[in-house]
Amino acid sequence: MRQSFISQNPSVLWFLAALGLFTVVVTLMSEATGVGLISTSFVKTLGKTLCLCLIAIAMDVVWGYCGILSLGHFAFFGIGGYAIGMWLMYARTEAIVVPNLMAQTIPPTPQEISDAIGNQIFGVVGSAEFPMIWAFADSLFLQLLMVVLVPGLLALVFGWLAFRSRVTGVYLSILTQAMTLALSLYLFQNDSGLRGNNGLSGLQNIPGYEETSQAMISIVFLWGSALALALAYVFFAWVVSGKMGSVVKGIRDNEARVRFLGYHVESYKLFIFTITAIVSGIAGALYYPQAGIINPGELTPIASIYLAVWVAIGGRGRLYGAAIGAAFVSLLSSWFTGGGAPNINLGFYTIQWTDWWLVLLGVSFVAVTLFFPKGIGGLFDYLVRKPS
Amino acid sequence: MSTLLEVDGVTVTFDGFRAINSLSIQFAPAELRAIIGPNGAGKTTFMDIVTGKTKPDEGHVIWGDRNISLLGMSESQIAREGIGRKFQKPTVFEAQTVRQNLAMALKNPRGPFAVLMHKKTPKNAERIEAIATEIGLIDQLARVAGELSHGQKQWLEIGMLLAQDPKLLLVDEPAAGMTVEEREKTTDILRRAAETRAVVVVEHDMEFVRRLGCKVTVLHEGSVLAEGSLDHVTSNQTVIDVYLGRSHA
Ligand SMILES: Nc1ncnc2c1ncn2[C@@H]1O[C@H](COP(=O)(O)OP(=O)(O)OP(=O)(O)O)[C@@H](O)[C@H]1O
Ligand SMILES: [Mg+2]
Repeated sequence: MRQSFISQNPSVLWFLAALGLFTVVVTLMSEATGVGLISTSFVKTLGKTLCLCLIAIAMDVVWGYCGILSLGHFAFFGIGGYAIGMWLMYARTEAIVVPNLMAQTIPPTPQEISDAIGNQIFGVVGSAEFPMIWAFADSLFLQLLMVVLVPGLLALVFGWLAFRSRVTGVYLSILTQAMTLALSLYLFQNDSGLRGNNGLSGLQNIPGYEETSQAMISIVFLWGSALALALAYVFFAWVVSGKMGSVVKGIRDNEARVRFLGYHVESYKLFIFTITAIVSGIAGALYYPQAGIINPGELTPIASIYLAVWVAIGGRGRLYGAAIGAAFVSLLSSWFTGGGAPNINLGFYTIQWTDWWLVLLGVSFVAVTLFFPKGIGGLFDYLVRKPS
Repeated sequence: MSTLLEVDGVTVTFDGFRAINSLSIQFAPAELRAIIGPNGAGKTTFMDIVTGKTKPDEGHVIWGDRNISLLGMSESQIAREGIGRKFQKPTVFEAQTVRQNLAMALKNPRGPFAVLMHKKTPKNAERIEAIATEIGLIDQLARVAGELSHGQKQWLEIGMLLAQDPKLLLVDEPAAGMTVEEREKTTDILRRAAETRAVVVVEHDMEFVRRLGCKVTVLHEGSVLAEGSLDHVTSNQTVIDVYLGRSHA
């Protein structure tokens, strides 16, 4: 069965080979483990890009294959980031605070330790108490569980309510966007228990690995992100192939017809919505330790819209298209907005890419939608003359 | 004669307009029935009610030996009870192959996990091939459904119905847009299907209905106007006035 799945989906092997090659080449060119041609910060950018590819393929499954234009998947990504960020921040602060207290003549009580850590973390929002949601922050295992459970449960409950009422199309997009907006507005508040607009920071410091260089950590995360992307790719490719894929694509193209065939459409949507939400959470948990900081600004609705744009430009309904779109557009975006692209002097006006990049992106999006609905991934059809 | 489906005193209003007006109609387990009637008579709406798409304001829809009511059930539950439906406008999954279309319709467990773990079996492949032969698409199994001709799409949709192995097939205007030869073939498929199950065909084309050679029900303004053999109903003066009088090919 495994055999036939791979042989029927040769693009999976190609994708894995390309991803493996990419990761090895970056490793060999990095500062920590290679010749030093690629800076550590760029290794991190590439590692983060792999995480964006990961959420992009999840988005492709939910939108490109199942037809649900969710504008909530970046919220799940952010939740994953916050969940792992809480442990990173707690454990690291603990590692700094406890030795200090121990140096005093009277050994500190557990309460004093907790207060001191709380003071460090929540001082910026004028508080020292640990909010309820930090109850498990001292346990890496439990916070990792949160990375999966919180997006999964949120998607399950939200999806159940929305799909059961047969909310579809634009209305569903608006509803998911409202959910994302509500979440980011909540996180912006100082008493949200997650440090308001300061967000969580210092996430690049991995507790227990204080002696390890950031160069080395960046390589470990690069491999971790590549591995997660590879596993999710194989998993999703398996889900959208075969009979499940048939039903899911059927729902995208004609939901009512699938119902009259006897399928409970809502369960299928809920299944796809939830597994993609979980993968988005995992992507976020891998992304933010490489970014070093997460704040509510990251999960405003616009981020979820970008996600849809990447998938559309890369090519909906094919996983590698989504991954290519996310990598291509997000790297290009940081090149343009980071001042990498030279400004264009028109004499009467200078095009500053930091301002005009979004316009360019918007125009490209419209152009792709109108003239190349298959996106970048569609170019591969010219290479391989075989029906997809 | 036992009843498979009994529609009793059903009324549906759309914004005050009575599309179905205390309609009562019965079907036996293995019968072929044609429903005719002018545009807007409520033929499609009748199918919408039976398949759970439209909820009636009044009346009962009773199904099967166990006499269960279909009214509280969802579309997918009703389909799993054994009622298959072909739409007026052919609706197949155009992006997928003929084989995939049939495989999706094939009677098998319908839950997400069963479907996820589904493995192709020789038995299923045989059933798909048997149905494809029946509908004349055996050479087209690997083709994408969107490339099929209009008539072939209609047959594929009928094939999907057969694959569901329903006890009742509701077929809305199967011959629309078909050539004469295609119509003949469609009649044969439907007649054979009706040997083992109930088949209800809505059709405007009188020649087609004549070839089906079955009992005919005439609908008009949401209720039954006449019922019986084609000759019987076509000699009915009211039927001639409301339906046949309006030029029909
Ligand atoms: N969803 C709806 N909302 C409002 N009116 C409707 C709706 N569905 C059907 N109708 C009306 O109910 C009446 C019956 O429609 P129906 O489609 O059942 O007719 P039909 O017998 O199938 O006609 P045709 O031969 O044209 O297919 C028509 O007047 C139609 O306009
Ligand atoms: Mg109709």
